Amino acid sequence: MNKRGWIFLVPAAVFGLLAVGFFVGLGIDPSVLPSPLINQPAPDFALPPLEGDRGFSSADLKGHVSLVNAFASWCAPCRAEHPVLNALAQTKRVAIYGIDYKDQPDAARAWIAELGNPYTRIGADEGRVGIDWGVYGVPETFIVDSQGRIRYKHVGPLTEADIGQTILPLVARLEK
Amino acid sequence: MSDEIGHFALVLALCIAALQSVVPLVGAAQNDATLMAWARPAALAQFLFVGIAFFVLMHAYAVSDFSLANVAANSSTMKPLLYKLTGVWSNHEGSMLLWVFILALFGAAVAAFSHNLPPQLRARVLAVQAMIGVGFLLFILLTSNPFQRLFPVPAEGAGLNPILEDRGLAFHPPCLYLGYVGFSISFCFAIAALIEGRVDPAWARWVRPWTLAAWCALTTGIAMGSWWSYYTLGWGGWWFWDPVENASFMPWLVGTALLHSAVVVEKRDALKTWTILLAIITFSLSLVGTFLVRSGVLTSVHAFASDPMRGVFILLLLSCYTGGALILFAWRAPQLSGGGLFAPISREGALLLNNLLLATAAATVFIGTLYPLLLDVVAHQKVSVGPPFYTMTFVPIMVPLLVAMAVGPLLPWKRGDLVAAFGRLKFAFVATAAAALATLIASGARSIGAACGLALAAWILAGTLSELAERVHLFTEKLGSVGRRALRLPRATWGMIFAHAGMAVVIAGITGSSAWTEEKIVSGRPGQSFEIAGYTVALDKVNEVSGPDYTATRADMRLMRDGREVAAMHPEKRFYPVEDGAATGVAIHTNLFSDVYAVIGDKDGQGGYLLRLYYNPLVPWIWLGAAAMALGGLVSLTDRRHRVGAPARRTQAAVAARVQAAE
Repeated sequence: MNKRGWIFLVPAAVFGLLAVGFFVGLGIDPSVLPSPLINQPAPDFALPPLEGDRGFSSADLKGHVSLVNAFASWCAPCRAEHPVLNALAQTKRVAIYGIDYKDQPDAARAWIAELGNPYTRIGADEGRVGIDWGVYGVPETFIVDSQGRIRYKHVGPLTEADIGQTILPLVARLEK
Repeated sequence: MSDEIGHFALVLALCIAALQSVVPLVGAAQNDATLMAWARPAALAQFLFVGIAFFVLMHAYAVSDFSLANVAANSSTMKPLLYKLTGVWSNHEGSMLLWVFILALFGAAVAAFSHNLPPQLRARVLAVQAMIGVGFLLFILLTSNPFQRLFPVPAEGAGLNPILEDRGLAFHPPCLYLGYVGFSISFCFAIAALIEGRVDPAWARWVRPWTLAAWCALTTGIAMGSWWSYYTLGWGGWWFWDPVENASFMPWLVGTALLHSAVVVEKRDALKTWTILLAIITFSLSLVGTFLVRSGVLTSVHAFASDPMRGVFILLLLSCYTGGALILFAWRAPQLSGGGLFAPISREGALLLNNLLLATAAATVFIGTLYPLLLDVVAHQKVSVGPPFYTMTFVPIMVPLLVAMAVGPLLPWKRGDLVAAFGRLKFAFVATAAAALATLIASGARSIGAACGLALAAWILAGTLSELAERVHLFTEKLGSVGRRALRLPRATWGMIFAHAGMAVVIAGITGSSAWTEEKIVSGRPGQSFEIAGYTVALDKVNEVSGPDYTATRADMRLMRDGREVAAMHPEKRFYPVEDGAATGVAIHTNLFSDVYAVIGDKDGQGGYLLRLYYNPLVPWIWLGAAAMALGGLVSLTDRRHRVGAPARRTQAAVAARVQAAE
C-alpha cells in the first residue's frame, strides 16, 4: 500500500459507521418517543384559525380531555393517518384539535376539504408553537388532560390499534 | 403438492448457488479450466430452479390456492386474473422471490452471453453473483418463505391493498427490480476485477451493456412509479421525496454516474478505482433500498410489509456484501495502475464533474433519507425531512450538472478548449435566451423560476442538437450526405442524444408542473359546470356502478373548450368490500402538453360531491422525457461494439505472463 493508501479505507470506514447506525436504528421503534413535556402543563399559545374565525389557543384545552394532532398537508404519513382521526371523531369520545404545522394555508384547507375534517378547531402554526410543544416532525399526537397537562405523546401516524389499545383507554382513565 | 415442488426447487437453487459461489472461484485462483467451467451450467441451473419456484407461486395465485398463507393473505377469488398474478409481488415474500428470480435471470444471462469473456473473469463474476444469490435465497427460506402452508384452509383470501390493484403494479415493481438487481452484475464485475487486480478498457466494455440495461430498467421503473402515484393516489403530485422513492432514486443517480465514468475507463483507461467504487456503491444503494423498504426502520407510506427480524437479516447481508466489497476495495484498489492523464477542461474533466455532482446529489438524498434515523440513533431526537430540504439542497446541485451537460459532449478528450466549445453553442445560447424571454413575456415577471427552468431545458436540448448537427455536418453538406453520416453515427452516440434530449424534456415538465399547476376544489352537483384554465368541466351525472370486485361512485363529466366537447371524463371513487378499503379512480385527459385531472370525493351532505380539478401543464413531458432517456439507453445497448469484435485485452503476451505469475 502506498502513502495515500489510507484514502481507500475511507469508504469501508464510512460504511462501518453506517452499518452500526442501522443496527442500533433497528432496535428503535420509530413511534416511541419520551418527551420532557409529559405531565407538564401544555405551553401557552394562541394560533390564528386555518379557516373560519375560531383560532386555537391553550384556553380551548381546559375543562376536558383533548387530543392535539400536529399535521401538515405536505406530510404523506399524515394522509395515511387521517382516516383514523376521522373515525375517532365520529365516535365523539374525545375532542380533537389540529395544529397545522409549517404549512401553506391554501394547501392545508384543500387537504381538509378533500379528506374530511375531524378537528374541533385547527390553528395554523408557522413553527413557533410546534417548537413549544416539542414537535420534531409530523404527524405527532398529544393527549392533554382536563387541567391542560400533556399526558401522552405519540410520534408518527396513529393506527386503529393505537386508538383502541392506547388512546381510548387513556382518555377513559383521564376522564375518571 | 405443487407448492412443495416450489419450496424444494428453492432449496435446490440454494445448494447450486452455494457450489457456484465457491468452485469457480477456486478454479480461477488455480487456473483450473474444469473447475471454472462449473460456473455457466450452475448459473443456468440456478435460474431454472428459481424459475420453477417462481412459477409455482404464480400458479398458486392464479388458481387461488389459499392453503398457502401468502396467497390467502394477499389475494381473493374475486380478483381479475391480472391482479391475481401481480399479487405475487404485492407482498414481502413474493417480491423477495421476484428479486431472487431476476437475480438468477441476470446470472443466467451472463452465463449465456459471455462467450467472449476470459474464463477467469467469467468464473469470478458468476461466483460473486452466486454469493448474492445464496444470501437472498437463505433470507427467503429462513425468514420470508412464500410457500408456508396455512391450516385450516380459508374459503376466501383477504385480498389485495386496493391502491395496489392497478395495471401499474404489473410493470412497476418488475422494472424497478430489473434495475436494482441488474446493478448486481456491475458489482460482480467490479469485485472480479478487484480479485484479479486488473481494470482496463476491455473490462469497461464488457461491463457497460449490463450497466446500461440495468439503468434503462431503473429509469423506466422510477418513471412508472411516479406515473402510478400520479394517477392512483389522486392528489396530482408525481414525486414526494418519500424514503422509498429516494431508495430507488439514489442507485439511479450513482448508476448514471457509473455509466459516464465507465466511458472514461473504456476510452481513456482513466478513473479506474473511482469507477470500481461507483459500481460497488450503486449496487449497495440498491441493497440499502431493499433494507429500508423491508425492515421498517423508516416510517413511510410504502412500508406495507415490514418486520424488524427481517431487517436484521438484510442488514447482515448488506454488511457482508457492501462491507466485504469495500474492504476488498481498500486492500486491492491501491494496486490498480493509474490511467491516462487529462487536463481539467476536457471530455474526461467534464465526465468527472458529472460524476462529482451526481455523487453529491446522491449523497444529499442519502442524508435527507437517513438523517432522521441516524439522528435518532445518535441523539435520540426525532425529525422528519420534507420536500423543502430537497428543494434547497438537491436542486442547486443539479443546476450546474445540467448546465455542463450541454457542454461536456462538445469537449475533445485529453485537452479541450472551453471558448471553442461555447462558440459551437451559439445556437444554444440563442435558444436559451429565447426560451427565457418567451416565458417571461407569456406569463409575466413573476414566473422567473419557470423562465430559468425552461431556459435550462432549452439549453440542454439545443446543446444536444448542436452536437448532433455538427456530427452529421447538417449545415455544411448536402442532405444526402448528412443522412449517410447520421446513419453511420455510432448507436452509442444516438443513445446519448436521446437520453440528454429526454432529460431536457423532463426538466421542462418538472418546471411546468411546479410553476403553473392550477387546482380547484369545489362542491358540485349534477348539472353544474366549472371553469379551469380555459376549460369547462360539466358534471352531468353521478352514478353508482360496480366493477369486478368493487363498487364505485362514478361521475359523468364532459370536458369542453370554446363550447366544443373535448373529452368525456369519468372519475371514480371505488370501494372494495373484501378488503374494506377505498381507492381513487382519477380521470385524466391529456393532449401531451397538459393534463386535466379530475377526482371525485365524498358527498358534501347537500346533494353534491367534492370535486377536485387540476390543470397540470407539461406534466406528461416528465414521462415522455423519461421514456426518451430509457430509449436512449436501449439504442446505446445495440451499439455494434457490444455485438461484434469481441473486445480483446491489450496483448495475449500480457495475459500469458499473468497466468504464469499466478501459477
